Amino acid sequence: MKILVPVKRVIDYNVKVRVKPDQSGVDLANVKMSMNPFDEIAVEEAVRLKEKGVAEEVVAVSIGVPQAQDTLRTALAMGADRAILITSDQDLEPLAVAKLLKAVVDQEQPGMVLMGKQAIDGDNNAVGQMLAALLHRPQATFASKVEVSADKTKAQVTREVDGGLQTIEVDLPAVVTVDLRLNEPRYASLPNIMKAKKKPLDTKSVADFGVDTAPRLTVLKVTEPPKRQAGIKVESAADLVARLKNEAGVI
Amino acid sequence: MAVLVIADHDNSALRDSTSKAVAAAAKFGGDIDILVAGENAAGVAAAAAKIAGVRKVLLSESPALSQNLAEAVADLVVGLMDGYDAVLTPATSAGKNAAPRIAARLDVALLSDVLEVEDASTFVRPIYAGNALETVRSSDAKKVVTVRTTAFKSAGDGGSATVETIAAPAAPAHSRFVSESVVASERPELAGAKVVVSGGRALGSSEEFHSVLEPLADRLGAAIGASRAAVDAGYAPNDYQVGQTGKVVAPDLYIAIGISGAIQHLAGMKDAKVIVAINKDADAPIFQIADYGWVADYKTAIPELMQALG
Repeated sequence: MKILVPVKRVIDYNVKVRVKPDQSGVDLANVKMSMNPFDEIAVEEAVRLKEKGVAEEVVAVSIGVPQAQDTLRTALAMGADRAILITSDQDLEPLAVAKLLKAVVDQEQPGMVLMGKQAIDGDNNAVGQMLAALLHRPQATFASKVEVSADKTKAQVTREVDGGLQTIEVDLPAVVTVDLRLNEPRYASLPNIMKAKKKPLDTKSVADFGVDTAPRLTVLKVTEPPKRQAGIKVESAADLVARLKNEAGVI
Repeated sequence: MAVLVIADHDNSALRDSTSKAVAAAAKFGGDIDILVAGENAAGVAAAAAKIAGVRKVLLSESPALSQNLAEAVADLVVGLMDGYDAVLTPATSAGKNAAPRIAARLDVALLSDVLEVEDASTFVRPIYAGNALETVRSSDAKKVVTVRTTAFKSAGDGGSATVETIAAPAAPAHSRFVSESVVASERPELAGAKVVVSGGRALGSSEEFHSVLEPLADRLGAAIGASRAAVDAGYAPNDYQVGQTGKVVAPDLYIAIGISGAIQHLAGMKDAKVIVAINKDADAPIFQIADYGWVADYKTAIPELMQALG
């Protein structure tokens, strides 16, 4: 079975996001970029499935600026076998990304698409579900456990839902989006980082796919949320409890 | 203009988030219908009919709908959308699961986690875990929206809508429900808890993390959270993680213990109503956003706090 893992290059989760003064967006200039953390979990899971002999090949795909190949190299260093970069000079909406990924799925015919439940930039939590819909295939979102049947025709996926866990069974091919509890991604070792440089990375452009990627949304403005002000310092537990009771009324 | 709101319920009770989604739907300025998709959920439909401003309640029942299988929910909703200009669902795990599937089937964008409905095509939503807010205008003919219900006030009651039973879609061909386990914790769930007690790397070990935080959480009826640093150090499981790469919470009270306040952590809890920070480092960034800061070592502070709480 082949597993396709879409990965996104996003602002590193440790970087403070700055809104541009002209409200046109978020400042990406000279900002550290990394793989979307949820996608790292997806790559890790795919590589583990390969290590267990469930998957034969792990293919990472990214859509974005040419520098997204760094993100793909990270996936390759973690254990993906090859990578596909689809370059785009515009920021694509989830629906457009899902359409492009559908085209990749049509070509690659993976048994499973494993991907992060959301990217930490747009926070849409949409592409996996949209891709499943466009493929007319089942979806298993927010996965905390993925078990593929011995004959590789089905997967049992435990999902993190409000208030607990739900386990569903989906026929493969299916789209699985991953949540935090699934695994702890590995750090790529130096030898693996070196090896990753020699793994195949195929570059295409959005135009190669003939897919309608026109935006549906116009961003009117991007603003900073209201800032929180520092409050007061307390000196004792008694003072804190009294204030929480009487002043804030929260206990 | 007509708007469909997907009810949030557990087949026996209607959750208040439904009423909040109705409040968001009211901003569209049209008729509002509620869809109750479930099983043996007539009581839920009756409760939904009482929400103020609702025209009618559609009740569709099948096991797959009750199990929130996205394929079934999407089949049902897509089939209804000829009669609606927008569909709204609370941004619950079920709503987030189904809404993008519905949007793709309709070939429209998803508007997720909407905080504000400016008009029927203009919405404010958080990006970067709420570190920025984007105002977007949709050019799609139909809108598919998940609503951050904490941003809306309940619509109130006093309605007397009719309840209409509609056919349920066929069971999904390629996905099946296996089991469900409600976390049997005495503690509330992190994402929806009114009080969260959260620990950071300063706690030093898994044993310390649990022995310090659990009694306090039990005393306050709180959920337990953790910083990413504490999770990475192995003191707490990954699903305790509060922050941009974890859960985003907005409790009434958030108590951060031994958490310095990395940006990505702040992104996950800055919308709490009241933030308390306990940290021995007076320069910790967490104090810049805390309503009540207490510069103290947790080792002495937490026992004192337990005593003061009585």
